[in-house]
Amino acid sequence: MIGLGHYLTVAAIMFVTGIFGIFINRKNVIIILMSIELMLLAVNLNLVAFSAHLGDLVGQIFTLFVLTVAAAEAAIGLAILVCFFRNTGTIAVEDINVMKG
Amino acid sequence: MATFSFYLFSIVAVLSGFLVVFARSPVHSVLWLILAFFSVAGLFVLLGAEFVAMLMLIVYVGAVAVLFLFVVMMLDVDFAALREGMAAYLPVGLLIGVILLVQLGFVFGAWETTDIALAQRAAVTPSPAEVDNTAALGALLYTKYIFLFQAAGLVLLVAMIGAIVLTHRKRVGVKRQDVLTQMYRDPARAVELKDVKPGQGI
Repeated sequence: MIGLGHYLTVAAIMFVTGIFGIFINRKNVIIILMSIELMLLAVNLNLVAFSAHLGDLVGQIFTLFVLTVAAAEAAIGLAILVCFFRNTGTIAVEDINVMKG
Repeated sequence: MATFSFYLFSIVAVLSGFLVVFARSPVHSVLWLILAFFSVAGLFVLLGAEFVAMLMLIVYVGAVAVLFLFVVMMLDVDFAALREGMAAYLPVGLLIGVILLVQLGFVFGAWETTDIALAQRAAVTPSPAEVDNTAALGALLYTKYIFLFQAAGLVLLVAMIGAIVLTHRKRVGVKRQDVLTQMYRDPARAVELKDVKPGQGI
């Protein structure tokens, strides 16, 4: 029988994969953005799993908002990326140091 | 059957998640990401959240993944050079990943539902026999969470305007319609009347 723990395990593995992807692709911004999407996907899976387990529909409502923010984040992030590439001709993370942060 | 589907979807989701990180070219990464979205949508269906699953497919696969694909193909970047030095970060990344996974495992090991958890539910899910998942979500979203819903719309609007403003550029040498110039144009300045005598040119 598949319980809550199974879904949480899958979500945890996917979340850690996303973090792992951010750490391992230290140069490619696009892969970092995709890793963030993967992490948000894992969070969504957590929310829906708890929603189903506890019988509380608010978890699914919250998933919709996470989805919205993820879409907005992808749009803005890729727009910044395109803008940056147009100005500098590179998307390597180590070259993004204009603000000396 | 549900057990088999769960293991199928979850194994595919986890594997494609790994391949997103490790794929050789970003185009392959995006395609693996799409497969991960599909698998998680399958898991959502297994959990009884059909509406979120379908929304997931439409929003993520239809919009976000295609946006990624578009940007990856539009940028003329030597992606092979970006992959150099990946091995140097592998140990650190693995270490952090393992630490996080162990921490999440500890959280899960110590986790249990409190006694009052069921009583604290904000919106009890109606049984699927009475009302569909979509109808129940709509009834909740458009009443109790209407302001959050509006705020989400605002977030999308701001994101849209921001993306357009960021990527828009004025090109030189392209003829465009200038509405104001057209509106302020009047016959007195636009047309010149010349009195031409018969038999003569201008």
